[in-house]
Amino acid sequence: MTVTTKGGGRQAASFLHRHPKLRLAGLLSAPVLWLVVAYLGALAVLLISAFWSVNTFTGDLVKVFTVENFRTLFTEQVYRNVALRSVGVAAAVTAICVVLAVPMAFFMAKVASPKYRHWLVIAILTPLWASYLVKAYAWRVLLANGGPVDWLLGGPGNGPGYGLFAVILVLSYLWLPYMILPIYAGLERLPDSMLEASADLGARAGRTFRAIVLPILVPSIFAGSIFTFSLSLGDFITVQIVGGKTQLIGNVVYANIGAANNLPFAAALATVPVAIMVVYLIAVRRSGALEEL
Amino acid sequence: MTLSPWARWGLRAFMFLGLVFIYVPLLLVLVNSFNGDRTFAWPPHDFTTRWWSAAWNNSGARDALWTSIKAGLGATAIALILGTMVSFAVQRFKFFGRDTLSLLIILPIALPGIVTGIALDSAWRSVIEPLGLGKGLFSVIVGHATFCVVVVYNNVLARLRRTGTSLEDASADLGASPGQTFRYVTFPLIRSALLAGGLLAFALSFDEIIVTTFTAGPGITTLPIWIFNNLFRPNQAPVVNVVAAILIVLSVIPVWFAQRLAGPETTGSRT
Repeated sequence: MTVTTKGGGRQAASFLHRHPKLRLAGLLSAPVLWLVVAYLGALAVLLISAFWSVNTFTGDLVKVFTVENFRTLFTEQVYRNVALRSVGVAAAVTAICVVLAVPMAFFMAKVASPKYRHWLVIAILTPLWASYLVKAYAWRVLLANGGPVDWLLGGPGNGPGYGLFAVILVLSYLWLPYMILPIYAGLERLPDSMLEASADLGARAGRTFRAIVLPILVPSIFAGSIFTFSLSLGDFITVQIVGGKTQLIGNVVYANIGAANNLPFAAALATVPVAIMVVYLIAVRRSGALEEL
Repeated sequence: MTLSPWARWGLRAFMFLGLVFIYVPLLLVLVNSFNGDRTFAWPPHDFTTRWWSAAWNNSGARDALWTSIKAGLGATAIALILGTMVSFAVQRFKFFGRDTLSLLIILPIALPGIVTGIALDSAWRSVIEPLGLGKGLFSVIVGHATFCVVVVYNNVLARLRRTGTSLEDASADLGASPGQTFRYVTFPLIRSALLAGGLLAFALSFDEIIVTTFTAGPGITTLPIWIFNNLFRPNQAPVVNVVAAILIVLSVIPVWFAQRLAGPETTGSRT
């Protein structure tokens, strides 16, 4: 190894080269500062503020430990219903996305010819770049009273209109590509020869599906479900656009931050989706789902 | 797996219906942008281009577009730097807490946006605002960058995994300085991954509304926020529709771009 003395920059570079620990520290400094200190710090403060309260007269934060927010959350019927409804919506959206995505991804990866497949991937990718809001708006127009869906079904009021059903439908529509793509990526990596080998060894389609396709599908579905579940759990925009009077966790959090000016209670409410997602992430990590993202 | 012809046709029909489901709402917005009726009565009776010229002259929408572009560029720049740094650290080093860090990076995107939004909002108000920096465009950029890091990280990490270190080792053996190795070997290897990640980061930022709602200072209106604010105003509906139609048309550009990027790679080196 030659040690050169040309220029300070070069010296510093070769010094770093000989000290990998320093290089690592350099690489990690800014991201860790940002993600651990700033982001995790912010989350921690949020979590702590869930145990604070608000002075009802002045509207000021009272930074004294109390579990009152959580007691309200767990005992008041309204909030329990909202939480359960939100989880139900997220689960329904995830289930609908899986049911739609698996056959589509399977067709793309294993049935369509390679050239055709390329175009199908583009066709699935393109709507991802179209704005979230535009898509929700499109459904607002579609489902409007006297809009195209009503017209198709024979007149104003015949369609589902705005409400819980519309929320589930539109959220499924929005997150469907997030489910298709990881499943497609997983299936594409599965060599066709394995499917043929299975058939040659006498397995019927059902058996091949269970023994070979399913083990590939499961981590991909988990990966996709992280998106569909999490994105649905926190959504309050789509709910406002097509939900009518429907209330999900996101809306109640939003209302408590804005109009009600009760950050501690909003924070307590927000811990519900956080807890669900963290448990979910840890659970699916074992299946290798995070590698599929 | 040998599928029966019936199964193949079934899957084909399913795929077709799935694509119809995906594209019909988008087409409807495009058609409606020419719908002469203010309330979008369906089916449309007359066609007009006057909403397009009205949208073109709408200064609110144009300012919002410009704000969105600035926020997107800022967030993308930060995400590119941070995401590349973490991916190098995670891929090239072994250290305590590496698995935790890789989980932490995806947290901003795995947690519901409203959580990230209110966490950043309350942290900003209690820590940064007392320092004299109120919420504004910069806080929007910070919020967006936080969840954009992961897409750059994922792209670069995948590339680093695939390329390995042998080329860099060879470059060092042949006498290149670390700086030269980075400039002539490492950077060209990851360049297209950076472009793809950056493109995705920009798109994520451009489209974001939930975190933006909480991190935007007064007077900062990104395009999604502008659309949302005008969505419930009946007399603005035609202009909103045109803006929506434009965004749908524009969404083809990054896809085309991404295809160009991925082109030589997917045809050449796949095994």
